[in-house]
Amino acid sequence: MDKMSQLLKLLEKTDYIEINEFRMDFEELELQLMPAMQRVVQQAATKQAAVQETIKMMEAADFVPPIKDYPGEVAQVQLGAGTRKPVYLGGQQALYRFEEPQPNPPVVTFDVFDIPMPGLPRPIREHFSDVMEHPGDWAKKAVKDFGANMVTIHLIGTGPKVMDKTPRQAAEDIEEVLQAVDVPLVIGASGDPQKDPIILEAAAAAAEDERCLLASANLDLDYKRVAKAAVDYNHAVLSWAITDINMQKTLNKYLMKEGLTQKDIVMDPTTCALGYGIEFSIDVITRTRLAALKGDQDLQMPMSSGTTNAWGSREAWMKNDAWGPTDYRGPIWEIFTGLTMMLCGVDIFMMLHPLSVQILSEIGSTFTKDYLTSDVPDISNWIAELE
Amino acid sequence: MQVTAMDIYRLLPQTNCEDCEEAACGEASCMAFATKLSEKEAQLEICTELSSEAFDKLETLLAPAVKEITIGTGDKTITIGGDEVLYRYELTYYNPTSLIIDISDNISDAEFAERVKVIEETEFERIGEMLTLDAIALRNASGNAEKFAEAALKLKKSKLPLVLCSFDPDAMKAALEKVGDERPLIYAVNESNLEEMAALAMEYNCPVAIFSPNDLEKMKQLSRALRNKGIEDIVLDPGTFVQEGIGDTLDNFVMIRRLAVEERDEDFRFPLMGIPALTWIYEKDEVQGGIREATIAATLMNKYADLLIFHGTNIWELIPVLTLRQGIYTDPRKPQAVDPGLYEFGELDKNSPVLMTTNFALTFYTVEGDIKGKANAYLLVLDTEGRAVDVSLAGGQLNAEAVADLIKETGIEDKVDTRTLIIPGLSAPVSGEIEDESGWEVLVGPRDSSGVPGFLEELKEKS
Repeated sequence: MDKMSQLLKLLEKTDYIEINEFRMDFEELELQLMPAMQRVVQQAATKQAAVQETIKMMEAADFVPPIKDYPGEVAQVQLGAGTRKPVYLGGQQALYRFEEPQPNPPVVTFDVFDIPMPGLPRPIREHFSDVMEHPGDWAKKAVKDFGANMVTIHLIGTGPKVMDKTPRQAAEDIEEVLQAVDVPLVIGASGDPQKDPIILEAAAAAAEDERCLLASANLDLDYKRVAKAAVDYNHAVLSWAITDINMQKTLNKYLMKEGLTQKDIVMDPTTCALGYGIEFSIDVITRTRLAALKGDQDLQMPMSSGTTNAWGSREAWMKNDAWGPTDYRGPIWEIFTGLTMMLCGVDIFMMLHPLSVQILSEIGSTFTKDYLTSDVPDISNWIAELE
Repeated sequence: MQVTAMDIYRLLPQTNCEDCEEAACGEASCMAFATKLSEKEAQLEICTELSSEAFDKLETLLAPAVKEITIGTGDKTITIGGDEVLYRYELTYYNPTSLIIDISDNISDAEFAERVKVIEETEFERIGEMLTLDAIALRNASGNAEKFAEAALKLKKSKLPLVLCSFDPDAMKAALEKVGDERPLIYAVNESNLEEMAALAMEYNCPVAIFSPNDLEKMKQLSRALRNKGIEDIVLDPGTFVQEGIGDTLDNFVMIRRLAVEERDEDFRFPLMGIPALTWIYEKDEVQGGIREATIAATLMNKYADLLIFHGTNIWELIPVLTLRQGIYTDPRKPQAVDPGLYEFGELDKNSPVLMTTNFALTFYTVEGDIKGKANAYLLVLDTEGRAVDVSLAGGQLNAEAVADLIKETGIEDKVDTRTLIIPGLSAPVSGEIEDESGWEVLVGPRDSSGVPGFLEELKEKS
């Protein structure tokens, strides 16, 4: 190795060179040493920059969004076909939107009844008193005036102890509502385990190929008959279990044995209202959604909430001066119940009050945007800006 | 990740205190003690056999994922944080969200006093528990240090702990000179005031909040900077965006809590705070504003907020918030039940009516609230393992045989001459079976127990 090569070799791992008592033929050096020095200087500069960069990178890379991989995904269910504008539920592949965009905004379906409901709380009755005689008008008002994505027609009048309406009459009510609006329908019966399957069958036939959601199949009634009606007439089924994840799994399995698929089932794990056991629903719904994303195929369906249950709470409807007007308490009770369920993974909400529907829909739609894509105001001076 | 009993057991002396008559911890074995520790039902300090090295290790191991922080001193304190899990069903959530109302330093003395009074006196009773607000947040709206300090001094008389809100270190210093000994929460550190605010937090030994709106990277840097200075009591405010941006806010809350619980990221293992009060910058209508502010509060309380600052004080807005908090923070491991048996209300005799309900705590306290002082009656409380009437009817705990047994066991037949039982409206489907099984006549009462006093009145008039 000649002197120059040795020097270059030495310089290879050098960040800088200090020259002391140096004597050399200038011209020679200029020709031979300069490239080496240049290289060294360049190396040193690059290294410096890299250190700076590392410091910067360390600071920046330090914060890593905690994103998870989920092996499972929630099936997407289509409601509405034929003459209906379809809506889509489910389809999630992650728990939160910062992990993966959320595919479908939450859907609100407005409660409408086949009989005038004198028992409804006043803050709701006053919005609908003009249309309660006709479910078609009621449905139209819910969609046109209050922006409902869907309508739930409860065939309460078919109850043997209510008006004992016949399956034929139930079918007529369904036809009336189908004529009145072009949104998808949820079809609910009266809750009589003997009669419900018969009523749902008649209603399903009347709405053939419109892809309604039949509410509901549960373990207390002839769920096979409800499932068959859905398969025969192209509808989806609401699979309802009472805050019990194992019961839900069992029922879903049974329904799939009857020919329904994940894409034909929406689960209702029961909504306990705010203050009336809402924590039980929080736990069950959270666990159900997590199970779906972890890969449990019997629970990979979107979920529904009977948010209207909130109105059963006395704080929502009971007149009490010390609690303030029910005009405000009631809607908040319904919003809180729905919102809490939404944050646990519920996709579709059955609701009653126009203001609740509006606010829940507004906030729900923000949860399907991507992280940090909304214009947000400058709040750095909020302490003084607040009145 | 949650610490298991086995992780703890490894560090315990594993002596099972065989040589002593009675173990200091009161448990049969070290494993039993480890289980209690993992469920936060025992204190490490009671073990007398630990070396100081093992004690330190265990203390670190048992430190909650989210640091527990105290604001205030003496009788005026709130504790926030302390959570271990992301989902309440996994363990429970600790330390209910502190609900705090703001007050401005630029309102008149009379308005100021009135607002403090409203905050202190707000209360709502539910399931045998009195629900109240927790603290006052004084806002330096005037931008004037002297005014801020004067207002802080006025709050010294209040019975609630304090949050001091100002980004101006001079104002903060002035206020701390008056109330710094009461350990208020200093709100807040940001990029431009970090050095001064940190110095104040250390001088007065107060917890301090970090304000880093929509920027978790910066939040992490600020947190690390404070921690490097030795500050340990930190609260995180990632900004509350009350309109379109609420989705971002929610994401920030979830990410921070996930980093704390699952990643044990030291910079984020602190309580979270939100400010629903910001609603009122954009919404002036009292009703709309109240409903929207409550909605923001519900969103953040559902996803990990440990402290919330409100502006609205209407009771109709606060009742749902207080109720949601009560629900979320119940212990999922304990059934919400009262003792079954016979309860007596008012002046009773051989002809007093006999009512029945279930031992679900909410059901019981609701019924109790409806008849106490309004009716004289015996109340039989059936053991339904803490289930409500409709649920226990569906689940089979409320059945004819159980009711007949309850009648026998309580000895109610010796106390009254009548043989009429009034059952809840929702249990009507089993009325016939109860008659057959018990031999008592059964009357179906109202569906909601608020109707019970009226129902009993009517009954009396008929007879």
